[in-house]
Amino acid sequence: MSIIYPLNSLASHPPYLAPDYVSTRLRSPSRPLVILPHTLSELTGPAFGHDVVRENHMDLTVHHAGEPLGERIIVTGRVTDEDGRPIPDTLIEIWQANAAGRYVHVNDQHPAPLDPNFTGAGRCVTGPDGSYRFVTIRPGAYPWRNHHNAWRPAHIHLSLFGPSFLTRLVTQMYFPGDPLLAIDPIYQSIPDAAARERLVSRFDLETTVPEWALGYRFDIVLRGRGQTPWEDPHDD
Amino acid sequence: MTTDGKTPRGITPSQTVGPFFAYALTPNGRYPFETLAGNDMAVPGAAGEVVTISGRVLDGEGKPVADAFLEIWQADGEGRYPAGGASGNTGFRGFARAETLDEGRFEVRTVKPGPVPAPGGGLQAPHLCIGLFARGVLRRLYTRLYFPEDGAMHAGDAVLALVPAERRDTLIARRSGDGRYVFDIVLNGPDETVFFEA
Repeated sequence: MSIIYPLNSLASHPPYLAPDYVSTRLRSPSRPLVILPHTLSELTGPAFGHDVVRENHMDLTVHHAGEPLGERIIVTGRVTDEDGRPIPDTLIEIWQANAAGRYVHVNDQHPAPLDPNFTGAGRCVTGPDGSYRFVTIRPGAYPWRNHHNAWRPAHIHLSLFGPSFLTRLVTQMYFPGDPLLAIDPIYQSIPDAAARERLVSRFDLETTVPEWALGYRFDIVLRGRGQTPWEDPHDD
Repeated sequence: MTTDGKTPRGITPSQTVGPFFAYALTPNGRYPFETLAGNDMAVPGAAGEVVTISGRVLDGEGKPVADAFLEIWQADGEGRYPAGGASGNTGFRGFARAETLDEGRFEVRTVKPGPVPAPGGGLQAPHLCIGLFARGVLRRLYTRLYFPEDGAMHAGDAVLALVPAERRDTLIARRSGDGRYVFDIVLNGPDETVFFEA
């Protein structure tokens, strides 16, 4: 078996079956997954985005005639692999609810207002150092039908590719101090507390632009090939 | 994430795409955002026989999953994976996204891939890598699609050899006509599709 990307990194992920998140019960495999060697099919992956991503796609507040309602925020960070290497030129797609907690999706029936000036979809490509930056509106919490009085904590969905089929990641970014995190079955589906905390962004005064927008930092770590063991020479 | 500026340890965990991804990931003319990858990768000039694959995604009670999408990654008809975005100068990208709609149905138009190198020499039987995302799926599900006419290659395929013999059929599409195949994906239950950990 040629395992190139260490499998033990996958322990950060939630299991497929998390019964408190009711939708997983009939949508998760009940048989053991088949462990696959990493072949050319897994070690390659799609590389694209540059020809489709426009400069204003990273600013979700300028996609319509007027400005959306809500609290303008900046979300920025770096994409690295787990060995600490930056991942440049990779596509990030995001989507989210508006400030009132409503998605533009036709299936969202939450009786909160749509905002004609906000769609809630964005994309960008990481820079040479793996950095990215979005300007958007802080999304609202919204109710869902998982259980009685269930509310999702405010979150932004993110989708990333990285260099191979195996580095693909779809996740959600949360906001610091949100009381709903403690009772959210999706966030709590991640068994490891330290891994869960990696999904909570950090308020950052340096990212904050005076008299314009609050800043949040959210660094993203994709799987790596484990070619160099973890080492931080400055770690004292 | 650490707060002291050091590189964080451990990867960022996965979360579900939820039910509302379409306007960002699969707008397909129904939402006002340009589609980045649609369900047709059979560009003119791509090497290989043009094929159409359709199927349904079903849950553990056999009910259609109408809020999923598939991502397909594959080599072209000569077994070449696109490097740097496209394969040679044919414009073949090897990547498609197909959402499930009514009755959990999806469709992909592509070229049939050729055999690709296997680790340690030899070839893998032609296959598509399929990632599946949906509400209720906390982390991408990974399966592969193989073609029914390649039985001789399947017998010697190192990946298929890892799959219990009685479940191998779940990975093999059914031919339904000239250049047409059917491939259903069952997420849970007795007829469950084989999913991989890689």
